[in-house]
Amino acid sequence: MQPKPTLLKIVDILAVVLLGISTYFALVKAPTELVMGQVQRVFYFHVGTAWTALLGFIFASVLSVIYLITKDLKWDGFQVAAIEVSLVFFLITIMLGSIWARPAWNTWWTWDPRLTTAAITELVYIAYFMLRQGIDDPDRRARFGAVYALLGGISAPITFFAIRLYRTIHPVVIGGSNPEAEGGFSMTPTMLTAMFVALIAFTFIFIDLYWNRIRLGNLQEKVEQLKLKVML
Amino acid sequence: MAVKSSNMSRQRSIANNQPSGSFIRAIAAVIWKDLQAEFRSRELFSAMLVFSLLIILIFNFALELDIKTRQSVTSGVLWATFAFAGTLGLNRSMAIEKDRGCLDGLLLAPVDRSAIFFGKFISNLIFMISVEVIVLPIYSVLYNMNLFRSDVMLVILLGSIGYTSVGTLISAMSVQTRMRDILLPILLFPIVIAPLLAAVKATGGLLANVPFEEVQSPINLLIAYDIIFTAVAFMTFEYIVEE
Repeated sequence: MQPKPTLLKIVDILAVVLLGISTYFALVKAPTELVMGQVQRVFYFHVGTAWTALLGFIFASVLSVIYLITKDLKWDGFQVAAIEVSLVFFLITIMLGSIWARPAWNTWWTWDPRLTTAAITELVYIAYFMLRQGIDDPDRRARFGAVYALLGGISAPITFFAIRLYRTIHPVVIGGSNPEAEGGFSMTPTMLTAMFVALIAFTFIFIDLYWNRIRLGNLQEKVEQLKLKVML
Repeated sequence: MAVKSSNMSRQRSIANNQPSGSFIRAIAAVIWKDLQAEFRSRELFSAMLVFSLLIILIFNFALELDIKTRQSVTSGVLWATFAFAGTLGLNRSMAIEKDRGCLDGLLLAPVDRSAIFFGKFISNLIFMISVEVIVLPIYSVLYNMNLFRSDVMLVILLGSIGYTSVGTLISAMSVQTRMRDILLPILLFPIVIAPLLAAVKATGGLLANVPFEEVQSPINLLIAYDIIFTAVAFMTFEYIVEE
């Protein structure tokens, strides 16, 4: 078995340390929000996971295009890893948002454009894994996966606009404001610092998990090949 | 493998050297083939139509479509009906090609792959629209409201274009997987939620006789979706049918 690369070990440690620092900033350092109180602290991790997950999905769409052009299975492995990690991060985003929404909006869930688009995006990528599961030939699986991930990536923003035709109450904390939003707040400098620490921390955690996942994929492939060899 | 790819590039070069008239002729040939097969069997159309009427019947009791609710939910009921009936047609239309090896035959023909896509897309669109054109008057008679209006028809056409262009591409994918029929709606619905929602909004607005400015944005969204996704489907279809 290949030993774990030293750089990856460093990133592993860095990710854990950053998670600790970010937790400290979010739970201790940042001031308590006046209206919403302690539950607002969920916001830092909510933004951190949402940011990395969305970047991951966009990254996966770019990898789709690269795979379709090069037809190199390496890019397919990168894509699956990106979508898998992003899917989990996005699920965490939705759950954290839900925890915040219960006291802030007085409901766990509402059919707001952002929330609905997030739910549909999750469904798109769950469908992506179901599609991959139904195909045995690795080349075809990679091609179909790439095309479907591309469709999903392009449809997500359009879905958002389509649902916005209906209504929105999600607060826009960073840039712009929505007069009908509920639960918005303006950030103090310490809150801003805590948010950026969370962003950096989750970016590193994402990279770490992503790298490990790619390594896992490679090892998996090796096991499959060894199994075939034994059977022959 | 090398022979295969050289064959493919030869095919491609033949296709590219042909005048543009032959591209349209190839599309027309695919559409004609589908229509002729349908005229003889009448499987697809009758299945979609009966299924649509059954869905409306279920909605009638599930939502208790009295005069008041009817005003607000008609557009939703119609589009839900079209979306469900649509998957039935898309599935069947591609399954026929796959089961009897017709798809391989089509792919061997020395025409551009995109001509096959547009042929299938347009014939699926024709089936979908012909079902819609029959469902609309039946719904109008059953619930005593006039749905046969040019503006409503335009929205239905725009919504159907977006739905079938993505649907044709995804059904070509799903028939080649192990789960086949089950997979199509799971793959298709999250992608076509945007045009469905916009179409529901636009149809509802038009039926409530709101000023046209209010339905302008969903109609714009439908047009944008149709253009973007027809282009994407056209560009990626080749990767789906490639062997």
